[in-house]
Amino acid sequence: MHGRPRKAPKPEDEAASSAKAQKLRALQTQFFSFHHNKIYTKEAVELSAKLLEINPESYTAWNYRKLAVEHYLNLPDCNPDSIKSVLDDELRVVENALRQNFKSYGAWHHRKWVLSKGHSSIDNELRLLDKFQKADSRNFHAWNYRRFVAESMKRSEQDELKYTEDMIYANFSNYSAWHNRSVLLSALFDKKAEGFLLKEKVLPEEYEFIHQAIFTDPDDQSGWFYHLWLLDQTVTTDSPLLASSWPGHGSDVLLVGDRCYNGSAFSPFSALHSDSGSFPIVLYFNQPVRGVNSSTVTVECGFNKNEDLLWKPLSASNSQTARVWVAHLKVPSSDLHSTVEVSVGHTKGIISTRGFEYSHPSMLSFKVHVQPMERDSSQVSVAESISLREENFKVYGKQSEESIIDSFDQLIIKNGRETTASNWRFEALAKEIECFRELLSLVDCKIGKLTLARLLKAYDAMSYPFANKLVHSEEVLELYSDLMKLDRTHYQFYKDERSIVLLQKVTSSKGSLLQHCFQYKDSVSSAICGPICLRLNNLSLSRMGAFEKLLWVEMLDLSHNELQSIEGLEAMQLLSCLSLRNNKLRSLTALEPLRKLKLLRILDISYNQIGDHSIDTTRYVCSSPLSHSVGSELNRDETVTSDVALINNWEAFYIFKDFNLNQLDIVGNTIADEKFKSVLVKIMPKLKQLDGKLLD
Amino acid sequence: MDDIPPYPPIDPTTFDLIVIGTGLPESIIAAASSTASKSVLHLDPNPFYGSHFSSLPLADLPSFLSSHSTSPSPPRSPSSDDPNEFSLLEFATRPLYSSIDISTFSPNLLDQHSRKFNLDVAGPRVFFCAEKSIELLLRTGTNQYMEFKSVDATFVGDNKGNLWSVPDSRAAIFKDKSLGLVEKNKLMRFFKLVQGHLAGEQDIKISEEDLQSPFVDFLNKMGLPPKIKSFILYAIAMADYDQEDTGVCRDLLKTKDGIDQLALYNASIGRFQNASGAFLYPIYGQGELSQAFCRRAAVKGCLYVLRMPVTALLVDKDTGCYKGVRLASGQDIFSQKLILDPTFKVTLPSGSSPPLPLKEKLPFFSLKDDKGKIARGICITKTSLKPDISNFLVVYPPRSLFPEQVTSIRLLQIASNLAVCLPGMFVLYISALCNDDDQGKKLIHAVMNTLLTVPLDSESNAAVQSETAENGSAVQDETSESSSGGPSDSGEEKPTLLWSALYSQELTLGQVDFICSTPMPDGKLNYNDLIDTTFKIFQEIYPGEEFFPETSLENPEGDGDASPET
Repeated sequence: MHGRPRKAPKPEDEAASSAKAQKLRALQTQFFSFHHNKIYTKEAVELSAKLLEINPESYTAWNYRKLAVEHYLNLPDCNPDSIKSVLDDELRVVENALRQNFKSYGAWHHRKWVLSKGHSSIDNELRLLDKFQKADSRNFHAWNYRRFVAESMKRSEQDELKYTEDMIYANFSNYSAWHNRSVLLSALFDKKAEGFLLKEKVLPEEYEFIHQAIFTDPDDQSGWFYHLWLLDQTVTTDSPLLASSWPGHGSDVLLVGDRCYNGSAFSPFSALHSDSGSFPIVLYFNQPVRGVNSSTVTVECGFNKNEDLLWKPLSASNSQTARVWVAHLKVPSSDLHSTVEVSVGHTKGIISTRGFEYSHPSMLSFKVHVQPMERDSSQVSVAESISLREENFKVYGKQSEESIIDSFDQLIIKNGRETTASNWRFEALAKEIECFRELLSLVDCKIGKLTLARLLKAYDAMSYPFANKLVHSEEVLELYSDLMKLDRTHYQFYKDERSIVLLQKVTSSKGSLLQHCFQYKDSVSSAICGPICLRLNNLSLSRMGAFEKLLWVEMLDLSHNELQSIEGLEAMQLLSCLSLRNNKLRSLTALEPLRKLKLLRILDISYNQIGDHSIDTTRYVCSSPLSHSVGSELNRDETVTSDVALINNWEAFYIFKDFNLNQLDIVGNTIADEKFKSVLVKIMPKLKQLDGKLLD
Repeated sequence: MDDIPPYPPIDPTTFDLIVIGTGLPESIIAAASSTASKSVLHLDPNPFYGSHFSSLPLADLPSFLSSHSTSPSPPRSPSSDDPNEFSLLEFATRPLYSSIDISTFSPNLLDQHSRKFNLDVAGPRVFFCAEKSIELLLRTGTNQYMEFKSVDATFVGDNKGNLWSVPDSRAAIFKDKSLGLVEKNKLMRFFKLVQGHLAGEQDIKISEEDLQSPFVDFLNKMGLPPKIKSFILYAIAMADYDQEDTGVCRDLLKTKDGIDQLALYNASIGRFQNASGAFLYPIYGQGELSQAFCRRAAVKGCLYVLRMPVTALLVDKDTGCYKGVRLASGQDIFSQKLILDPTFKVTLPSGSSPPLPLKEKLPFFSLKDDKGKIARGICITKTSLKPDISNFLVVYPPRSLFPEQVTSIRLLQIASNLAVCLPGMFVLYISALCNDDDQGKKLIHAVMNTLLTVPLDSESNAAVQSETAENGSAVQDETSESSSGGPSDSGEEKPTLLWSALYSQELTLGQVDFICSTPMPDGKLNYNDLIDTTFKIFQEIYPGEEFFPETSLENPEGDGDASPET
C-alpha cells in the first residue's frame, strides 16, 4: 500500500487497460441512457453495479443507485423484506467496489448512506472494517467510516481507544490510528467520562505511550504528530483568558490633541495623541474568542453609554472570532478627568473557538485625562514631517524609567486563579523537556529540536506571568538558529518562529524593552520633547509577534528587517507612525492589517519588494478584492471605479482607500513608478507628503 | 534386531545409490539423487522414518536412545570366507548417546498415551521463516507434505525464572516494557544501521574493518548496554559460546556473520502472514521433515525398505573398492555409491587402505569431527512456562544461570496444538553444547531447576501420582506441595515436571571417507548448516548433478503453501 515504487506499464498491461476502457465506455453509454430516462428496472440497476465494480469512482452511478433505492422503497408493494433485500444488494455492490478500490470516496459514502437508512444491521460493518484495516492499517477512509460505525453502534470510546492501541502496537507508524486516538480522547475529555475527568491523570500516560514510539524511531513522523496534539492539550487552557489590554488596569490615560505634551508626568504607555476625537479600548485574549459585545463587556464612564459601544474583532479574516477586540470611546472636546471601568465576562457569552466559556471575569479601571487641542490640528500636521533617521532618536531618558516600569506591569493581566490548576501543566512540560533533552543527547534530530524549542517556549510562556522573565529564550533562539542551518527547506518557518521568540524576549522585561525605546526629536520640530518610538529595526525579523505587550506603541520602527508579512499588526491600535522601510514585503495585500489601524498617519514602506513578483502569493491567504465583500465596496464608489487607472490598481485602491495617511514613503519598490504615485494621490486625497515631497 | 522377519527379496539388485538411514541428510540426498534420475534404494533398520532426526512416541524414545548408546562388538567374521569375488566388511555401530537419564513422575498417565507423543530426538530445532531450508522445501515442493505453525515469540531467561521478551522488531521494541527509552533508541538505531548496511545505502555503511572484527566488539563500539548485547548475540544471532570470554569461545562471531544472522532473523519476521514470530515448527514434530523428503524421493522413483538392517559392506577383493551391501535378509545389493547413517562405522581390515583419491579428501570433513557433545533434555509438563502463549523459544545466554556456564542453553516449548503431546500438555526441548556429560547435565539441570518443579523422588511420587492420575489438577497440587521446600521464592507456581529424558549426543559430522556418511544433528537451532553439509556430500558423490534443479515444477510454487496454519 505504501512505499511501493511505481512501475511503468508493460505493453500487455496497456492493451488490457485499453480493452477495459472500451468496455467501460460501452457500459457508461448504456448506463447514462437508463439514468436519463429514469429507468430503474432490475437489468438497469444491475448494469450500474457492473459499472461500479469496474470503476468505483463513478459518482453518477452511485447517485443513480440512490435514486433507484428511493424508487424501490416508494413502491406500493414495498415490505420490510424487500427493503432489506434492496439495501443488502447495495451493501454488496459497495463491498465489491471497495475490493476494486478501497479508497473510493463514492463507495464509502454510499455505504454510509445505505446504513443511515436504518434498515441494515451494523454488526457486519466492524467485521468488514477489520478486513480493510488489516489490508491497509492506515487507510483513512476506513478509519473515517469506523468512526461513523462506532457512533451508530454506540460503541464506547473506551473500546475504540483500545482498538487504536492494538493497531498502534501492531505498527506505530499509523497517523490514522494516532489521530483517532486524539479524537477519542477529546470526546472523552469533553464528556468528562469516568477515568477521563482529569487531563492531568490521562495525559502523562499518553506522553509515556508516545515516548515509546518517538524514542524507538525518532524519524517516524506519526508519533511527533500525536505529541504535538498532546502538547497542545497540555498548554492550552480550556477557557480563554484576557492576556492584556490597553489602557492597562490602574493606568492614567492622557489624551492630547497635539504632539507636545507635558510628558514627564505620564508614561508613554498610557499617553495618546488623538486628533480623531475618540480613543480605543483594546482587549487581547490568549486565544481567539467570539461573543465580545456590550453585554459581555461593559464599559462604565461618564462620557459614553455602554450600549453605544461597538466591539469589533481584529483579525485578518473577516470572521467574528478574534484574539483582539476593540471599541472606540468618544471623547468630549472639553477638559475631562474621568474614571473608566471595564468589566469583562461578568455575563456569559465570550466563547473560545473550541467552545469553552470565558470564566474568569475581570475588571479594568483606568483614568482618562483629556487635554484639548491647543492648535489647529491640520496646521500641525503640515508643519511636521516625521523622519525616522538615526540622528532623530535619542535614548529614552533615565528619569522616565520608573513611570514606564509601573505602567508596563499594568499592561499584563495576571490570572492568578489559573496557577494552582496549572501545576500539573508545569510538571508535564518539565518532564517533557527533560525527556527531549535526553533524546537529543542520543540523536541529532530536527523534529526533536523543534519539539524541544516548542516545549521550552510553552514552559516560558506559562511561567512568564509569575517569573517575569523567559528563562529559556536564549536556548530556544539557538535551537531555531540551528534548525535554520540544518533544514533549509523549512528555513522560513524556523525564521518566523525565531522572530517571534526574539520579540517575546525583547518585550519580556522592562529592561530589555527600554533598550529599544527611543525619544523622537528632530531638528525641525518645535516640540520640546518628542514621542517615544519603539525601534525593533535590524533584528532580521521575518514576522511580528508579542503584540500583547506592544498595545501601547504609537511609533514603531521595523525598518531593516526581513518581514514578508505583518500579520497581527492590526492589534496595535494606537500606531500612528510606522516604518517598514527595507523589508521584504512583496505585495500591497501584505499591508492589509494596516487597514484596521485608524490612527495611522505616517507610513514608510520604501525599499521593499512590492511589485517584484507578478504573482501575489499572499492573495490566496488574505481576503482579496475579488471576494464578494470587497467587490461590493468597489462598486459603491462609482466615481472611483470608473477611472481606468484605478481599475488596474485595485489592490492599491483596496488597501489605501481607508487610510488616513498624511505621509507615505513608497520609493524603492518596483511598483512605485510615477503613474502609480499619481494613482495613490487620487486614492488618498488627504495625503500631504509622498516620498518626502510635499503635495499640493 | 535379532528377530528379523522374513523379507521378500529386493528387485532389482543393482542401484546407482544405496542410502542407509532415513535421517534428514540421507533423505534429502535420496530425494536429490532421485530427482537427478539416479536409481536409489533407501534402507532403514528402524520401523520408522527419520533416524536421529525422528519424532518418536514417548515409550520408544528411551529404547531408541539406549540402542545407540553402547557399542556392541559384533562377532568379527573372517572377511575372506565369502565364496565370490568380494570381501565382507562388517558394520560396527557408534555409541552416539550417553548418560541417558529417563525420569517418570506420572507413569500411568504417560504410558497409556505413549503414542500420542511425537518427541523429537534432536530437539530443540526450528525453521527460521527465511532460511535456506524453507527455500529448499518450497523449491522441491516438499512443503506439500507438511504443515507448519508459528513459534510465536523468543524470550531471554534469567536465573530467577523470569522470561524477558526479545525486542526483535520495530513493533516489539515499541511495545517492550522492560527496556528504557534510551535503550529502545539505541537498539532501534542499531537495527536501522544494520538494515541500511544490508540495503547498501550509501551513507550507512559498516566499514570492512568493523565487519572483520568480533561482533561483540562492534556491539560495544555501538554503545549498546549489556542487556541488549546479550539479546542480540544469543537470542537473535544465536551464538553458542560466550562471546565475551575468548578463552572458552569456540565460535567467536565476526560482525559480518552476526549481521548475516540479524538479516536472516529480520527477513524471517513477517515473511508469512500468519506467522507472528521468526520461526516455524512442523505439526507432528521435526521427524515429519525427513519423512517428507522420503516421500518426495519415492515420487521420483526411490525404493524404500524399512526394518531392514544392513550387516556388511561388500568390497572388491582386489581393489578394495566398494561394491554393495549385504542385507540382514542375506540378500546382496549392489550400487555405485553408498551413503551411510552416522550410526554405522566400517572398520577397515588391518593392512588395507582406502583408494588414494578418497584419502586425499579425508581432511575435508573429518577435521571438525571432534567438536564435543551436545546435551539434550526433553521435559513434559501440564502447564505452560508462560501464561497465554504456548509455542515459544527461550534462550539462556552464557553466564545467565551460573558463572561457569560458557554456552547458551536453548529451550523450545511446543504445545499440543502442534500434535506433539496430549492435549493440555507441553513438551520442552532443551539443549546446550558441552565438553562432557557432566557439564551437559549441569546445564540442562540448571534450566529445569529454574523453570520447573521437579518432584523430589520419582519412586515415591509415582505412587501418589498413580492414584490421582485421572485427575490432572490433583496431580499438580500434590507435586507442588511436595516441593514446597524448594529454592523457588517466586509467588508464581512453576510447572511440574511429569516426565523427562536427559542425554548427551555426539556431534559427529559428515564424512567423505572410504564411504560417505552423513552428520548427526548439530548443535544449531535451525537446519541451515545441516543442509549445507548435505549439499556438499551430494556434490561429492554427484559432482556433475544439480541439487534439485529449479525446473522441477510439478508443484506450482507459492508462499501460501509453506505458510503455517492459522
